Amino acid sequence: MITKRIIPCLDVKDGRVVKGVNFKDLADVSSPVELGKYYSDHGADELVFYDITASAEGRQLFTDILREVASTIFIPLSVGGGIRTIDDFDRVLKCGADKVSVNSGAIANPDLIREAAEKYGNQCVVLSVDAARSGGHYTVFTKGGREDTGMDALEWIARGQEMGAGEIVLNSIDTDGVKKGFDLEMLKAVEEIAHVPVIASGGAGSIEDFITLFKEIPDIDAGLAASIFHFGEVSIADLKDRLAEEGIPVRPVRRAQ
Amino acid sequence: MIAIIDYGVGNIFSLVSSFRRIGADISLTGDRKEIESAEKIILPGVGAFADAAEKLRETGLGSLVKEQAADGKPLLGICLGMQLLFERSMEYGEHEGLGLIEGDVVSMEPVVPEGYKVPQIGWNALHFPEGREKSDIFRNIGEGDYVYFVHSYYGTNCESSVIATTDYGAELTAAVQKDNVYGLQFHPEKSGDVGLDILRAFCEM
Repeated sequence: MITKRIIPCLDVKDGRVVKGVNFKDLADVSSPVELGKYYSDHGADELVFYDITASAEGRQLFTDILREVASTIFIPLSVGGGIRTIDDFDRVLKCGADKVSVNSGAIANPDLIREAAEKYGNQCVVLSVDAARSGGHYTVFTKGGREDTGMDALEWIARGQEMGAGEIVLNSIDTDGVKKGFDLEMLKAVEEIAHVPVIASGGAGSIEDFITLFKEIPDIDAGLAASIFHFGEVSIADLKDRLAEEGIPVRPVRRAQ
Repeated sequence: MIAIIDYGVGNIFSLVSSFRRIGADISLTGDRKEIESAEKIILPGVGAFADAAEKLRETGLGSLVKEQAADGKPLLGICLGMQLLFERSMEYGEHEGLGLIEGDVVSMEPVVPEGYKVPQIGWNALHFPEGREKSDIFRNIGEGDYVYFVHSYYGTNCESSVIATTDYGAELTAAVQKDNVYGLQFHPEKSGDVGLDILRAFCEM
């Protein structure tokens, strides 16, 4: 049976992981390579690296790091942040990324989704959407959630998958950072229209939040989180043990044999 | 030396890294002589069947791979590379494959129950068919071990070659073998230690 994926997300700026990470057994908690390996060894099903660098030099540094991560870790790697052109896809894919997530770049140029899907396959194109409630519906935000585009989030997601997005990451701005659970209402609305995998993001504060997510919305494919893993509040091994106890299919951290 | 066939299809970064990790001597190559002198051959591939099959024809690498396999050289097709081993694929029309494995590649859409998304993306368990000896490519792994899948099409009408299946609401072919020709539908290079153990078994053949 296919398992629910648990995905830690790492924000990288100028080649270093930012947003305090708190693992005592890591020599360098800001090293994307060490952290990636840590998560990979401790049961992560996939890793997301999000490049929040602004400068060109920083981007180069990021691709160097990515190459190192990708040659160290043998689980799927997703990369996002600043992806605006096919050249950006090319740049990160050549460094070992398996999937590329687009957000503002696709809003500015929706054809990017189609072009990339045609060139690299749908499975490679992840549409990441930051959405919040606004005027009685869900709208798409850009600039890290600061700017309301006015676009209807459900319409945008439907259009994105029609153009070839192979997965959707839905980040609810309304629940992000609050740590009181995923945005079940918004995720349900997205699941109703989605025919590609949907990854829930924004709001995970505890193991219970993941249990609720997968029980309330059985079609959700994955849960993504950053700080609860980084701060060691929740270990992926404990999370997966609990999910398994609740009858939710997960890939065990340790192999059976 | 293991030759990874380079015919301009897909991203082989991780595949190359995986073989390096397990200490295998590999060469990414489209050179006939080098492929002929290799001990084993890997046929990778991601993307559309028709494009890849066309490239194999254009470059002559398809017939070379067939010849080499016929000589008894171990050949491993991965993901689309596995599908290319089949006789034909129904992905966007009917296209001819290498014909090293009897069977067809068809969409999983009609066989998976409603609510199952296509493509299948994620970690799923391998099951070894009962009453068949476990394939030597799986000798380092166990029943129920998880591997990473990304696919919309799967191999069918290939019962005699199936060495592993996976349950995605329907039983889908996860791996095939006919003598020295092996095919894996999943991505061993993305399947953590389990995947490396599978590649290691191939290297040790």
